[in-house]
Amino acid sequence: MATSHQASGVQAGRLSADQIAENFSDLHAPFDAHEAAVAADRCYFCYDAPCMTACPTDIDIPMFIREIQAGHPEAAARTILNQNILGGMCARVCPTETLCEEVCVRETAEGKPVEIGRLQRYATDTLMAQGVHPFERAESTGKTIAVVGAGPAGLSAAHRLAMLGHDVVIYEPKPKSGGLNEFGIASYKSTDNFAAREVDWLLQIGGITIQHGQGLGSGLTLEGLKAEHDAVFLSIGLAGVNALRAEGEDKDGVRDAVDFIAELRQADDLTALPVGRNVVVIGGGMTAVDAAVQSKLLGAENVTIAYRRGREAMGASRFEQDLAASKGVKLMFNVQPVAVHGNGAAAEIELEYTASEDGKLSGTGETVRVTADQVFKAIGQTLEGAPEGLELEGRKIRVSDSGRTSVDGVWAGGDCASGGEDLTVTAVAEGRDAAMDIHASLTG
Amino acid sequence: MADLTTDFLGIKSPNPFWLASAPPTDKEYNVRRAFEAGWGGVVWKTLGAEGPPVVNVNGPRYGAIWGADRRLLGLNNIELITDRPLEVNLDEIKRVKKDYPDRAVVVSLMVPCEEEAWKDILLRVMDTGADGIELNFGCPHGMAERGMGSAVGQVPEYIEMVTRWCKENYDKPVIVKLTPNITDIRHPARAAKAGGADAVSLINTINSIVSVDLDIMAPNPTIGDKGTHGGYCGPAVKPIALNMVAEIARDPQTHGLPISAIGGVTTWRDAAEFMALGAGNVQVCTAAMTYGFRVVEEMISGLSQWMDEKGHTSTADFIGMAVPNVTDWQYLNLNYVAKAKIDEDACIKCGRCYAACEDTSHQAIAMSEDRVFSVKDEECVACNLCVNVCPVEGCITMEPMAAGTVDPRTDKVVEEDYANWTTHPNNPSVQAAE
Ligand SMILES: Cc1cc2nc3c(=O)[nH]c(=O)nc-3n(C[C@H](O)[C@H](O)[C@H](O)COP(=O)(O)OP(=O)(O)OC[C@H]3O[C@@H](n4cnc5c(N)ncnc54)[C@H](O)[C@@H]3O)c2cc1C
Ligand SMILES: Cc1cc2nc3c(=O)[nH]c(=O)nc-3n(C[C@H](O)[C@H](O)[C@H](O)COP(=O)(O)O)c2cc1C
Ligand code: SF4
Repeated sequence: MATSHQASGVQAGRLSADQIAENFSDLHAPFDAHEAAVAADRCYFCYDAPCMTACPTDIDIPMFIREIQAGHPEAAARTILNQNILGGMCARVCPTETLCEEVCVRETAEGKPVEIGRLQRYATDTLMAQGVHPFERAESTGKTIAVVGAGPAGLSAAHRLAMLGHDVVIYEPKPKSGGLNEFGIASYKSTDNFAAREVDWLLQIGGITIQHGQGLGSGLTLEGLKAEHDAVFLSIGLAGVNALRAEGEDKDGVRDAVDFIAELRQADDLTALPVGRNVVVIGGGMTAVDAAVQSKLLGAENVTIAYRRGREAMGASRFEQDLAASKGVKLMFNVQPVAVHGNGAAAEIELEYTASEDGKLSGTGETVRVTADQVFKAIGQTLEGAPEGLELEGRKIRVSDSGRTSVDGVWAGGDCASGGEDLTVTAVAEGRDAAMDIHASLTG
Repeated sequence: MADLTTDFLGIKSPNPFWLASAPPTDKEYNVRRAFEAGWGGVVWKTLGAEGPPVVNVNGPRYGAIWGADRRLLGLNNIELITDRPLEVNLDEIKRVKKDYPDRAVVVSLMVPCEEEAWKDILLRVMDTGADGIELNFGCPHGMAERGMGSAVGQVPEYIEMVTRWCKENYDKPVIVKLTPNITDIRHPARAAKAGGADAVSLINTINSIVSVDLDIMAPNPTIGDKGTHGGYCGPAVKPIALNMVAEIARDPQTHGLPISAIGGVTTWRDAAEFMALGAGNVQVCTAAMTYGFRVVEEMISGLSQWMDEKGHTSTADFIGMAVPNVTDWQYLNLNYVAKAKIDEDACIKCGRCYAACEDTSHQAIAMSEDRVFSVKDEECVACNLCVNVCPVEGCITMEPMAAGTVDPRTDKVVEEDYANWTTHPNNPSVQAAE
């Protein structure tokens, strides 16, 4: 018998397989051809379009939309992929409401932007469904380049380098490629195994080998890589997580949100994945929202996000906040965790109200207890496993605009590197730009 | 509510909206339902001579062009005149007219260019009690290949001759329906008038190929692997029809000749525009074929609302009101100077005006780094392109310059007085006269 909403503790099978399938289906259904034509018709083909400037990968958005209008979604896809080889994933996961669509002139005019993300998906899905890879490799340069980490930054760099005629070896400790596309992004944004399909499609360019099970610190050193390759690109993401520093953090039922999400993303059968009846997520970013929403979709009865600052400071966009609220997640603001109570396993979390003065946050002393048999920590990821000898900036690897680190012959990009927001699209842009700079320095 | 009753050639109808001769009027069933829906009159689908009726193709007879959301913008057809027996049509016309005495029932005709053929059919039409006839000199496909339809409408002498036969053998109003497939619409209109026509109606459909099937490599619609040119109608043809109506209305030789306007009438506004250019009523085909008979309700309520707003109590009040303001280019006031003006608050910063003016016009729009667009008066020729490409209605306006001020583009003082090309110093014929 299936476990119900009301069953206490961390339990599997709260919902039927049908309900689970419905809950985890596409967040935005794909456009059909007619919907795409109507959506594309709304584009004004702006001069020096603001959306283009807002896209971290500078996709020529008015042009690709015009190609859709003219009945050639494949051509639109090429325009997109020229700039952003993971245009398919970005179409699904980009917070367009804070990027291209935020500055769309129709957002200014009517509060209803052209649906750029969904149009991008229509174009890239059409091309990928045809099994076409629209790029060819240049003549071999004889150079080999090491890419460390097979997330969006690494894949983007690898593809561009391979296209320019270099041989690329990607080192990836995990058994699957894709980085957070595969292990992090919310399921309802990347359905039908899209992350893996996109990697397979990308590799059709040729010239890229992936060595799974090998990483920096697990069998590899930077010196070794430098010795074997003409250049090294580091794209190791943020493998560590911040600690809560609250009493009782080690009790059963308290865990990192990213681990929970990774497990969820890899689960063959979501009805077998346990989740609490009363879930509290600590944090205010995309990870917090994803953990909370997916807990709810798995059948948790009460899910609360507890964030230490006000709504406006939240890392998750207003769209993400509304998405959480629409799924029945409760948002609590200005509270920080002080202790997890319970006999061995978590039963309650004690939160203290906060006040902020001149940006400095402090507890007010007043606390509140919330029932919680499961607590997810989503308070940020940190750089882990970066090789010695690289200069840092803040808690990331310091890089120039073109991705050069302080060490000669070593570039870095994506979440592990300084500059830019921690987004898939930013990682793709940084990977591509570093690849261009590597190419220039090797052939110049 | 304004009174929409219209008297056209003595034929009264409760409103000026008639259905044009076409599939909507091809049988009793349709016409009765059209009258129930509120249409003021019909021109019955064109009848041919006695004998075996014409046949239509058994494949697609329509093609279309659409906007992005499948809004039908233009329709093309290769249908012929009625393919039902003459007696059946005549019996139906008689019954319908008897049951709807307050509605206009006009019969469209097309028979070979022989006086006997016309005499014969006119006698039979008279017997139906219909209010008048319309001579179909317009159909541009199929029938034209057989020397009828536009093949007649393209030869003014034939128009005059056939019209005269009809006037001699029929005592009710004769309307001549003109084809737009000619170079100057005034000639066929003058011929109709010379033949004694009571009115002209226009336009019939425009010869067209609506699109090409790039797989079959044939024009659409294709019948197997071949297609043919058809007749184009619907919203796309309205501007062409408006001009032709205006040309006839302002031609001294035909001025005052009643006009029944046809071509793309879709809403009350289209009708009001045609009537302002001199039409006594309008006929509708494509709008009814696209949306069904109910569209007439909007036309009726829209026209009367507009008439109330303007203080017109009957359609006769505004028919032809715009005709005196249609003039030749040479009489336009060359001392009128305007400048484009962009309302910064309404601007959504798309930059289309900039692209249009910078790339294709007069480089008269400046764009700042933060996307503020402004007009350079010293370059602007007031062409209106920016207004037309701007997606925000009313954001860019054309502001006339006051007399006495200096146009920064020409450094000339804007003159108070009207002056046109006929007296302009650059006009070679003015120089010749000096
Ligand atoms: C839960 C969650 C949800 C998110 N949702 C969104 C979203 O909706 N939209 C969006 O734009 N962004 C989202 N992000 C952010 C986005 O996923 C990242 O910004 C992006 O994946 C960064 O790409 P990357 O290539 O730099 O790093 P990653 O994707 O983290 O990839 C790093 C790769 O390096 C490998 N690696 C790690 N350490 C080593 C080592 N020592 N040696 C070798 N390889 C190593 C990892 O296994 C991994 O494959 C989300 C992030 C999380 C955590
Ligand atoms: C399918 C079809 C058949 C037509 N048949 C006739 C006809 O038999 N006789 C005629 O005078 N006009 C015929 N017409 C032309 C219409 O009466 C009308 O002049 C033309 O469609 C323009 O008006 P609209 O833009 O409202 O459609 C036909 C039009 C269509 C679409
Ligand atoms: S009216 Fe014509 S010339 Fe003047 S600014 Fe607009 S587009 Fe340019």
